[in-house]
Amino acid sequence: MRFDLQVIASWIEPGSRVLDLGCGNGDLLAYLKKYKQVNGTGIEYAEEKVARCIERGLTVLQGDFRKEVCDYPEGRFDVIVLSQTLQQIHDPKELLIDLLWIGKRVIVSFPNFAHWSARLQILLTGIAPVTDQLPFEWYDTPNIRVISIKDFKRFLRMLGVRTVREVAINTHHHDYKGNIVRYFKNLRATYGIMMLERMP
Amino acid sequence: MTNADGVAPKPLLVERKQFTFAQSPDEMVLDCGVHLGPITLAYETIGELNADRSNAILILHAFSGDSHVAGYLHENDDRPGWWDNMVGPGKPIDTNRYFVICSNILGGCAGSTGPSSLNPETGKPYGLGFPMVTIKDMVHAQKHLIEHLGITKLMSLIGGSVGGMQVLRWCADYPEMVVSAIPLATTTRHSAQAIAFNEVARQAIMADPDWNNGDYYDGPGPAHGLAVARMIGHVTYLSDESMREKFGRRLHRSALSFDFTGDFQVESYLHHQGKKFVTRFDANSLLFITKAADYFDLERGGHHLLINETLANVSFLVISFTSDWLYPTYQSRGIVSALKKNGSDVSFCEIEAQCGHDAFLIPNKRLDGLISGFLDRVYHEHCL
Repeated sequence: MRFDLQVIASWIEPGSRVLDLGCGNGDLLAYLKKYKQVNGTGIEYAEEKVARCIERGLTVLQGDFRKEVCDYPEGRFDVIVLSQTLQQIHDPKELLIDLLWIGKRVIVSFPNFAHWSARLQILLTGIAPVTDQLPFEWYDTPNIRVISIKDFKRFLRMLGVRTVREVAINTHHHDYKGNIVRYFKNLRATYGIMMLERMP
Repeated sequence: MTNADGVAPKPLLVERKQFTFAQSPDEMVLDCGVHLGPITLAYETIGELNADRSNAILILHAFSGDSHVAGYLHENDDRPGWWDNMVGPGKPIDTNRYFVICSNILGGCAGSTGPSSLNPETGKPYGLGFPMVTIKDMVHAQKHLIEHLGITKLMSLIGGSVGGMQVLRWCADYPEMVVSAIPLATTTRHSAQAIAFNEVARQAIMADPDWNNGDYYDGPGPAHGLAVARMIGHVTYLSDESMREKFGRRLHRSALSFDFTGDFQVESYLHHQGKKFVTRFDANSLLFITKAADYFDLERGGHHLLINETLANVSFLVISFTSDWLYPTYQSRGIVSALKKNGSDVSFCEIEAQCGHDAFLIPNKRLDGLISGFLDRVYHEHCL
């Protein structure tokens, strides 16, 4: 399992009700179901991945999760996972508000655009950064938002959302290995992971 | 098909049984207020009910189906049941593990009480004297059968089209008896378009002079009207794409005939389907069942019957097909959206398929995998 998902999994309490947005082939959900007995649901766009999840006994809905999250009642989930997708969302502010309505806590992971390699690329070459975490050219990237750990924290303060836990990690795009970054996070970490909660 | 030893396995033999209930004075009270009895349901079962009676799956057939879901009725039978690719030993709905039940619907014409059955009061077939039964009544009758079999909870309910309506009706009316449900290619209510096609089919029958106001059982019967009704039905089960691929504008003769005997392959296909149908289906049953499907509405008066706290413990697998324009995907999404409000465990998949509404009956690996994977999970969570 991807390193950021390992970190996320370690934050989830056994027996929780979990919603995984963009769950792919269901690796995180399958892990959580097996080792933490969670009651999990995934939302995924691609038919083939949805089918693979259901075939392996997971609960998954096919659709655009931006729309799908709207039907659930308040507090339906204990934890909602949004991993490596925030940078592709059209309305991240509204999404986060919706998620904190249907879920008690939301775990967000995103690639840190202020990593030194991205900073150096734009400084030295004058070209929009292409990194392991953001491996696209400007014309073919699905990523429409540029986020750094620092930016995201400012955003949370503005929204009035509480951060329950946070960690910065150094790992590659799809790697199962990585390490925790403790100093100069916004410069040295490739991903930020945060657990958010509504202000009481 | 052969097994590991290279020997063709013995064909699965099944037996059609009948269950009669609602004898006078305990007739069943129908949706329309009429008391109907006695009622007979034809049904078939495959597999063994386990000791705690927790492995029963009820399969609900579509409008023209019957209780013969899989296997063969006798040694020399060359036509298997209507869902033989899905149901049987080692198949996605594995009868080595599950106890499968399928019954002919109330109002049907394959062994269950319907308009062609004898009215005990007159000694003659009911015809139009048969009461207007609804999907709710069909499900109510099935509940009597399930109780008769000693089952208090169904591990799963599975059905497509009008069968899917019955699945949803079961969930709305008897949620405490349902562990899981798979509504396929179905809807909570017919669209105006679906009602329109049904009405044209009904008018085709009623315009046939041999229909004789439904009183035709001692005569030839409305064979032409029934065939036309089936032709209309078939158009709605296909898709533009599948028709283009299957027939295109190809002729079934060498040149245009310049008369009305039918030139195109699509015409001869529909004629063939119509003729075939007449030999196995009762015209009055078509009238009653299509009307029941048109009346079906789980959202009447703005009150959605699938939004029900009791359904929070039921697991669902909702499936639609991309080219189904009779019950398009938005209708399945509506079902999903309502169920999510209960906190129910809901999975949904829209299968890419070009063959239209018929897709749920056509062998499809994706459908097989979805159904077997879902049932496997329910079985492990519920039966072990």
